[in-house]
Amino acid sequence: MKATTKRDRGFFHKLGYFFSDKEKLEPTLVIILTAIFSIVLGVGLIFLVSKDPVQSARNFVLGPFLRTYNIYYLIIVMVPLTFTGLALCIIYQLHYMSLIVDSSFYMGAVIATAIGVNMTLPAGIHPLIAMLVAGLVGGLIGVLPAILRIKWRANELVSSLMLNYVFYFLGSYIILYFLRDRNQAILASLPFKATFSLPKLIPNTQLHAGALIAILFIVLVSVFLYKTRWGYQIRITGANPKFAAYTGIHVASIVILAHFVSGFIGGVGGAVEMAGLYRAFIWQANPSYAWDGVIVAMLAKRNPKYVPLSAFFLAYLRVGADFMSRRGDVAFEFVTLLQGFIILILASDKISNSLKIRRLKKAALATEGGSRTRTTSSSMEGNSL
Amino acid sequence: MDYLLQTKNLTKIYSNGTIANRGVDFAIQRGEILGLVGENGAGKSTLMKVLYGEESPTSGEIWLEGRPVTFYSSQDAIKAGIGMVHQHFMLVPTLTLAENLVLGKEPNKPHTGFFDLDRAVAITEELAAQYNLNVFARARVVDVSVSMRQKLEILKALYRGAKILILDEPTSVLTPQETDELFVELRELQKHGQTIIFISHKLNEIFRLCDRVSVMRDGKMIATHNVADVNSQSVSNEMVGREVQLTITKNAQNPGDVVLRVRDISYVDDFGIKMLDHVSFSLRQKEILGVVGVDGNGQSELVKVITGGLRTLSGQILAHGKDITNRSQATVRHAKVAHIAEDRMTEGAALAASIEENLVADRISSATYSSRCGFLHNDAIEKTALEIVKAFDIRCSTPKQPVSSLSGGNMQKVVVGREFTADADILIVSQPTRGVDVGAIEFIHKRIIEMRNAGKAILLVSSDLQEVMSLSDSLIVMNSGKIVAYFQNASQTTDKELGLYMLGLKKQTAEEIEGVLS
Repeated sequence: MKATTKRDRGFFHKLGYFFSDKEKLEPTLVIILTAIFSIVLGVGLIFLVSKDPVQSARNFVLGPFLRTYNIYYLIIVMVPLTFTGLALCIIYQLHYMSLIVDSSFYMGAVIATAIGVNMTLPAGIHPLIAMLVAGLVGGLIGVLPAILRIKWRANELVSSLMLNYVFYFLGSYIILYFLRDRNQAILASLPFKATFSLPKLIPNTQLHAGALIAILFIVLVSVFLYKTRWGYQIRITGANPKFAAYTGIHVASIVILAHFVSGFIGGVGGAVEMAGLYRAFIWQANPSYAWDGVIVAMLAKRNPKYVPLSAFFLAYLRVGADFMSRRGDVAFEFVTLLQGFIILILASDKISNSLKIRRLKKAALATEGGSRTRTTSSSMEGNSL
Repeated sequence: MDYLLQTKNLTKIYSNGTIANRGVDFAIQRGEILGLVGENGAGKSTLMKVLYGEESPTSGEIWLEGRPVTFYSSQDAIKAGIGMVHQHFMLVPTLTLAENLVLGKEPNKPHTGFFDLDRAVAITEELAAQYNLNVFARARVVDVSVSMRQKLEILKALYRGAKILILDEPTSVLTPQETDELFVELRELQKHGQTIIFISHKLNEIFRLCDRVSVMRDGKMIATHNVADVNSQSVSNEMVGREVQLTITKNAQNPGDVVLRVRDISYVDDFGIKMLDHVSFSLRQKEILGVVGVDGNGQSELVKVITGGLRTLSGQILAHGKDITNRSQATVRHAKVAHIAEDRMTEGAALAASIEENLVADRISSATYSSRCGFLHNDAIEKTALEIVKAFDIRCSTPKQPVSSLSGGNMQKVVVGREFTADADILIVSQPTRGVDVGAIEFIHKRIIEMRNAGKAILLVSSDLQEVMSLSDSLIVMNSGKIVAYFQNASQTTDKELGLYMLGLKKQTAEEIEGVLS
């Protein structure tokens, strides 16, 4: 009675679902509608603050596609978002809340820097080794909050946020004391060996082979989650850990495995970023891609299949805002406002629950027939609905 | 005719779209005991919650003494003279009975305004004497029996001036003896002019106690009869909406070898209470060994210790001669022990996962369902799921739909289907039909007998005494974590006799109990 009629209804019905019950909609549609709403809001904000709103809005909305350079840039921005988004998809499938992937990513970049600076390896092999080691380190870091939770029931959200500070300063320490280029005025590592760089996909642009690696990981994570025993066990454990243990799944191992895989992806992401985009480690602060990963994974409903689309959407906002801010009077930070709005939209299922309840009640009453069953010898009077 | 309390065309729709009551007309006369029967989910509890002000009706009216009333909370209902005893008691365990009784309406010392315990005790004793409901006013709730807690709940309602008492499945926690006592007390209350609504799904109780009986099904009021005019077969047919078979038929079987040996196991819970006290028994092939006891006397812990959910402090558990003492749930399953968990919502199923995913959860690591490098064999999974769905008559549109979309009975069939198709010889069956409709109960009972005839060894734990008695070949009775009686032939005992053991009033000699070890 419910699934069949939905298809036939028009766009406005879907819009109604968007505001009341996003669970019922395809993630694709949710992402597109969220994109539309945040762009509309963005344009509205521009008109409030800008002296030349038309030009700024044009730069914001169309900017990412106005120049080929911007399109490449957009893809480059998508790469780290994809990695952290995928890593968080796995954590969210498990119904855990760990944000340790931030550390995995950052430390992945630091480890890759060490390998890029210090080791001599043939081209091609060099970044691969860096990614592998960064992944392993990222994985081990990723496991920490899971162990704390299993052993001592420490809330993994809190412990991961605390650990993120620990690893940020540990990473900075490694760069500062072991890898720093003392000839540079700014904080930077020694330059990478030439063999360390990922090949460019298109010559004389920034577009690097990391994009292909990201695509590969989307496929791998999809297969891992939906086609393998471990993915199945992660999903079952996420759905009900008591049930998982009851059916003979070793829950602690699965939780640790999932966190390792998630951290591994984060670590590889950090290494890819270094090998693809930079000639030396020059981050002055933690780029905190994990927080963007949260939005990406939530928009994708923790399904890796939808990660490219949601990463694209977030990258689009970034690039548009960047392009606009460099050509007008609206600051780049306005993008954080939009991100807040997106999170509000994603979380508003609860706020707008009343709409859904009203609809469900109506639907329930509509299925009521005119007659009611009544048997004899009753001493009560009754009237039918 | 004039009714004391009445609902007119009352409809209640929950916020998730479930229609719990559809146009219900319900009426109760002054001074009668009215039975309300119906299957789980028929809407009995919802109707009572609406009458007690805990839920507001979506549409329709409540009439009290010929006038329409609106209850915004249970406080309003209490003021109007309606009292309710919930299935799960609403008592503070660490306070005394007297303190619980007056809670929210406490007597204070005249000058200081401090709580006056002595007067609370006096009030309790006076009220108890008046209605002949004897309670220990100064004892703490934790220290008294379940039946006394129930009496206290009734007194609480009376203290607040209830003229209409709603009792929600009051006998589900009582032994047969305690049930008899409760019925005498309820009759006494009726003589004092109380009006009582008695909810139950045990028809024999309705026929013993009530003047009239109302039957609900699918949220609708089906009929109301004078109890004298009907019999239990006709009422249960109305409850289910078709002919049902009430009796279980089973043939005799000669039990085979012992496959599960439980020796001397003990368990102490987090509160330091000894839930299992040196329990030993043996389970044989082609045998259903029933475990009887008032809820909370160690039956759940027994099941959990055997299946790997809890750790025993002593003793040994052998399945097919293999030591499974304190091993993980996975190891226990490998030792060919399957287990129907007592609670399908929290343990027996993953509600958000699909039926298919639930059905193969215990066997996903076997070579049939996933390759050595970890890839799932989806064809095999789909095939098995479809087979179980067919064989166990799980009503669904597709095995891909989430388990949460199923009714209680079908959800339980998912659990039973998985465990009964597992490659196991020992089946630990805990509360197989709790909260399940009559049709599904019939089906699950048949399957349990089939499994026994196929040579499986079955340990059956259930709080439904009738169920254990009619399914089991042999019985053990548990009280305070100990086995207090063993009946090699379940048909040679009566519910009355079992009740004495369940209450701890009677205990077999060690030699008699040791019969279960052979």
